[in-house]
Amino acid sequence: MTQNATAANGLAIADRRFSSRLLLGTAGYPNQQVMLDSLTAAEPALVTVSIRRISLEAYAESVVDLLGGRYPLLPNTAGCATVRDAVLTAQLAREALRTRWVKLELIGDRETLYPDVEQLLRATEELVKDGFTVLPYCNDDPVTCRKLADLGAAAVMPLGSPIGTGLGIINPYAIERICVTSPVPVILDAGIGTASDAVQAMELGCDGVLLNTAVAKAHDPRRMAAAMRLAVQAGRAARLAGRIPKRSQAEPSSPQLGLVGG
Amino acid sequence: MLAAGIEAEPGEATLYALNRQSQELWPGFAAELEAVSGMGVGYRDEGTLVVALTRDDVAQLRFHYDYQRSLGVALEWLSGAEARRREPHLHPSLAAAVLSPHDHQVDNRRLVTALRRAFLAAGGRLHEHAPVSAIEIVGGRAAAIRLGDASKPADIIVLAAGAWSTEIAGLPRAAQPPVRPVKGQVLALRMDAAAPLLNHVVWTPKVYLVPRRDGRLIVGGTVEERGFDPSLTAGGIFALLEGAWRAVPGIEELAVDEMWVGFRPGSRDDAPVLGPSPVEGLVLATGHHRNGILLTPVTAQALSRFILQGEIDDAIRPFAIERFAATAKEEA
Repeated sequence: MTQNATAANGLAIADRRFSSRLLLGTAGYPNQQVMLDSLTAAEPALVTVSIRRISLEAYAESVVDLLGGRYPLLPNTAGCATVRDAVLTAQLAREALRTRWVKLELIGDRETLYPDVEQLLRATEELVKDGFTVLPYCNDDPVTCRKLADLGAAAVMPLGSPIGTGLGIINPYAIERICVTSPVPVILDAGIGTASDAVQAMELGCDGVLLNTAVAKAHDPRRMAAAMRLAVQAGRAARLAGRIPKRSQAEPSSPQLGLVGG
Repeated sequence: MLAAGIEAEPGEATLYALNRQSQELWPGFAAELEAVSGMGVGYRDEGTLVVALTRDDVAQLRFHYDYQRSLGVALEWLSGAEARRREPHLHPSLAAAVLSPHDHQVDNRRLVTALRRAFLAAGGRLHEHAPVSAIEIVGGRAAAIRLGDASKPADIIVLAAGAWSTEIAGLPRAAQPPVRPVKGQVLALRMDAAAPLLNHVVWTPKVYLVPRRDGRLIVGGTVEERGFDPSLTAGGIFALLEGAWRAVPGIEELAVDEMWVGFRPGSRDDAPVLGPSPVEGLVLATGHHRNGILLTPVTAQALSRFILQGEIDDAIRPFAIERFAATAKEEA
């Protein structure tokens, strides 16, 4: 590798650099201690919190109180379905958490939880104009991702599969295309079920992975959090190392010529 | 609910052991309390059914079943038809269910009334509707509680203020249990007590239903990190009714009896904070989260043993407040 190893391993979004390429959510853990231990094991770059599902008051033992000083928080607009909802929620988060960063989530369908692209594009434009660093959760569609980047999104976060399904990456071709064409970092968001899914995302060229349920609902969340940290590192390293081409014919790994007694 | 088994969650094996121990104390505790108070507490031992309505639910149910069986919980896997033989009003297309025969229930309101009677009969003095504003510490020792303008001296003070445990002034940081309010919206429907819709406690993928002997059917509960927000919300009540209706469509015929909001005292690891505190004379019994009723007998037993004999029961050793010191925030 000719590149500086540290630079190659760091995640850069907007004006910030992160040593980790894993983003972890905070919902659905058996309890807060397991969540804190899982964060310790995962060493995430950013920790997402759902603004509409928590109280923003930092009362003793609240989510904000427990996490605020320890991890960079990435508020999300989960539960929003309109531009107006999402913009207000982002502004609320900016006031309460003193961050201009927002993971923009605008759900267009409650069954699949797929994003509402039209609303997403409009909200991205509005929030970027208002000075936010916007990371939109979006479809696995290169055209949508391109438009979001053009509107000023700091990264794009295409889904691997619907939120909470754990189905992994159901359209690897689309994710790879997005990685090839995107002018901004690509964070795979949603659908990760286990460590190999995170490895695959990184091998496809993603700059990072955001996950939540796969850790929070595992039988041993702390262990799965550590597994995800390693998976993201392994996938990134494999991507940089360069996979060999797939062949249809077997090829011995040792030379066949000049064998003793051959 | 006295559901040590089906509420066991990953990472909570130690808590499961305490819950299980208390669950075993319950039949004797209920009988003793009923004898002393002269009233029934609505203890019911039909068991709890956890139901799956869709294929996704079945996969999830199997996942929990495997984990809980690995802890040693006695569970029985039932087909949808077998579950409906036990509870005919469950949805006709029920996919599967798990029966937890040791997860019983008691009527929490009758329990509190009975405890009050038993306490007064034993010579206890109760100051009702009198919030404790502070604990007074004199010479490093908890000496009195402050009720309004009055100071009430005490040899031993047990802090059992539930979700409000951190609201009481006067304690040093190290003696403040890390407890927060976890909001829950709950509602009660009215069944015909002579022909109730359900007899088992039923857990659906979204809500639980608890049939009381008097015909009330409790449907709960949302779990919300909202501080002390007291509002019932359309979304909360809708989620309860929809969740209940999907599993037991017959509820649509029932009258709505009551709707309310409660605050669970949630500690950081969802386990209670039990036993002595760093302040001499102050004993902690809080942070029981959703298991306050289940853990009543073991809490009472272990605390009275500590207060009267100075011995710490092995059962509560893992639940001392000191366990949070290691992970406390640096600025604390």
